[in-house]
Amino acid sequence: MKAVVTVIGKDRKGIIAKVSNILFENGVNILDISQTIMQDMFTMIMLVDFENETTALKSVVEKLDEAEKELGLSIHVQREEIFTSMHRI
Amino acid sequence: MINPFEIIETIKMIDEENLDIRTITMGISLKSCAGPDIETVCRKVYDKITSYAKDLVKTGEDIEAQFGIPIIHKRISVTPISTLADALDEPTVEKCVMIAKTLDRAAKTTGVNFIGGYSALVHKDYTRGERVLIESIPQALAATDLVCSSVNVGSTRAGINMDAVKQMGGIIKEAASLTADTQGFACAKLVVFCNAVEDNPFMAGAFLGEGEGECVINVGVSGPGVVKCALESVKGADFGVVAETIKKTAFKITRMGQLVAMEASKRLGVPFGIVDLSLAPTPAVGDSVAYILEEMGLEKCGTHGTTAALALLNDAVKKGGVMASGYVGGLSGAFIPVSEDAGMIAAAKEGALSLEKLEAMTCVCSVGLDMIVIPGDTSAETISAIIADEAAIGMVNTKTTAVRIIPAPGAKEGDVVEFGGLLGTGPVMPVKKYSSAEFINRGGRIPAPLQSLKN
Repeated sequence: MKAVVTVIGKDRKGIIAKVSNILFENGVNILDISQTIMQDMFTMIMLVDFENETTALKSVVEKLDEAEKELGLSIHVQREEIFTSMHRI
Repeated sequence: MINPFEIIETIKMIDEENLDIRTITMGISLKSCAGPDIETVCRKVYDKITSYAKDLVKTGEDIEAQFGIPIIHKRISVTPISTLADALDEPTVEKCVMIAKTLDRAAKTTGVNFIGGYSALVHKDYTRGERVLIESIPQALAATDLVCSSVNVGSTRAGINMDAVKQMGGIIKEAASLTADTQGFACAKLVVFCNAVEDNPFMAGAFLGEGEGECVINVGVSGPGVVKCALESVKGADFGVVAETIKKTAFKITRMGQLVAMEASKRLGVPFGIVDLSLAPTPAVGDSVAYILEEMGLEKCGTHGTTAALALLNDAVKKGGVMASGYVGGLSGAFIPVSEDAGMIAAAKEGALSLEKLEAMTCVCSVGLDMIVIPGDTSAETISAIIADEAAIGMVNTKTTAVRIIPAPGAKEGDVVEFGGLLGTGPVMPVKKYSSAEFINRGGRIPAPLQSLKN
């Protein structure tokens, strides 16, 4: 199952390290990563691959929720299909 | 990889513009539960609903978590209960209320938010069971929390059953008085339809129609806030641009509904029925259909031009949505429930929005006079006459119309009634002081219009 991890917020040190570390610890493979400043906000978008579907997703979301609070960011994990179905015919 | 701007757009729609899936509604046929003995019927109904819908809520929550799209309600719609009442040995009000309580218990066991289908279709005439079921509606709604009821009193093909229209005025008054302690809350769970649809996922009017299968998943999307925000970016542009913008937005919203519907259908092993394209508002600021109309350039919803604005909105939503889903159905239009829409509440409080204007608006959108609080001393005949007017609009225009009106006991014009949750806040709107009693008391049937003769 492929999912998109989106991190939006004020830029600071260690965001990528923190997020990718959580993904690594949960056995999630990062397929693609892009980072940009959009409307003055640090925006990182990762395409990741969950080998073990639902259980891994749940624990990753919990860990990322903690990171979200700690770093003052907004982090979303959503299955890729939501974006492809909305924006591609 | 998907374009980052598109990803951010989707996230913004969900986080800031209140995009959500309003409901996943599982339709369950209860035809197999019919029988002469009430105890057996209740047991079969409970067992069937709790077995078919046992994973509905969990599946909804899983989809919500994995796709990051809020799914506000999970609901169940069932075969009109009048079908069960008709099969009973001796249908009585008490027996019908027992079935209502069974539905309520089954809904609570499965964890859904509402169960719809305590219904009867009497657009031409009543059967014995239908008559008893309608009589039992006030007690059934007062005795349950999650059961929703609807009655179809007219259709383009059959005309309007004016005996049923007359009866429903009294039923609504009785439902209000039985729930006087909650300001007539039972009436918020009761809809009177003309041209009711069989696959509607929205409450209070959802039921599983005669032509439907054993079990089906229907999905209703919601996104007035997204449409409003999209229109903010085309301020001052002409109506061609406005319509295009709404179409594109509706397409995206509906695609999300289609995705969720397919996913739910796959996980539950239940056929996918339809996606309902309706724009359904909530009382949350930024989730209002009225604000879309105001964004088009009206100072207040309800002023001159509102009907035209709504007609454009309703049409563009359909045009955009229809390509996004394999099967579109249900009510599919913009809803204008007064108490559930922050902009409508404000407009009604300030006197910009009247019952007459709302009636005109229902000619060009789904569904009808919805969630409107009227003074508690309004007569049953006046309520019946309001229903008759609305049914006539539906009958002649070959569209669904409905009346969900609350004569809140003790409430007077200018008061405000709080229902809470999705049902919101209702300013009490004035009705005409002149009597319609003699008209309503004629009874009989208004013949089907010329429009019905299409063969």
